[in-house]
Amino acid sequence: MIVPFGHVLILAGLLFLMGILCVVARRSLIMILLGIEIMLNAVAIILVGSSLLWQHLEGQAIVLFVFAIAGAEVSIGLALIVWAYRRTGSMDPNDYNLLK
Amino acid sequence: MTIYSIIFYILAILILVTTGLAITRRNLVHAVIYLIFSFFGSAMLFYLFGAPFLAVLEVIIYAGAIMVLFLFVVIMMKADTGNERIFALRQWLPVAVVGLVYIAIGMGIIAGDPNSRITLKTAQAAPSVFGQFIFKNHWLSIEIISLLLLVALAGVLIIGRRSRKPSAAETSKGEL
Repeated sequence: MIVPFGHVLILAGLLFLMGILCVVARRSLIMILLGIEIMLNAVAIILVGSSLLWQHLEGQAIVLFVFAIAGAEVSIGLALIVWAYRRTGSMDPNDYNLLK
Repeated sequence: MTIYSIIFYILAILILVTTGLAITRRNLVHAVIYLIFSFFGSAMLFYLFGAPFLAVLEVIIYAGAIMVLFLFVVIMMKADTGNERIFALRQWLPVAVVGLVYIAIGMGIIAGDPNSRITLKTAQAAPSVFGQFIFKNHWLSIEIISLLLLVALAGVLIIGRRSRKPSAAETSKGEL
């Protein structure tokens, strides 16, 4: 007996909210990518918890794929950030206004 | 209240506090290191939920590889966020309203779901059982994500290659 499933949902929901706040409020590309990682982690917590709730391994299998996609996303994202930093010398998204 | 529920609440507080500290730090290195603690807490939560293999993967991939990658990029680039306001004053109202609406709707959904009152029972999926399940039911997806990682590797190599210096003939007219 651990806890009601609702408490897991509340924990993951608050974690997801923190990820959203980090993405929309911070003005640094690295913090935006960190916010996405926080959101993916919250989703992984829900999936593992639901896998325990229904006593089925399917949720854990999806978490494995989420990990792989997080790895690919963060490597591409950080490479793009480094590329943009070399071209503009800034990591503030407000400075990327070459089309303006 | 069993020992498992006490461990769950301790881990939940640890995860929420370290994540909250991480997203409000101005110094990016501090943020990354707080987030490593948060991911360690998540790994222990996975172990509590009976997924030891995923707990190990969380430590290796998230706390190990991804956060070290972030740390390298932060160190490589002089990221000056010293004068950044976390929330500008005119952003406070939308942030508060949207956050409260999100929390209210989420609480409503969780309270209305009959599954959310079921108490979780402890169980453990041994890594060998998990591996056999994965390769029996999801072998094609495993191949696809390995291909995805290969494509990501090639993409990073192409993006990270230093771009060719513009030759003198191209820049002589004062344009790139």
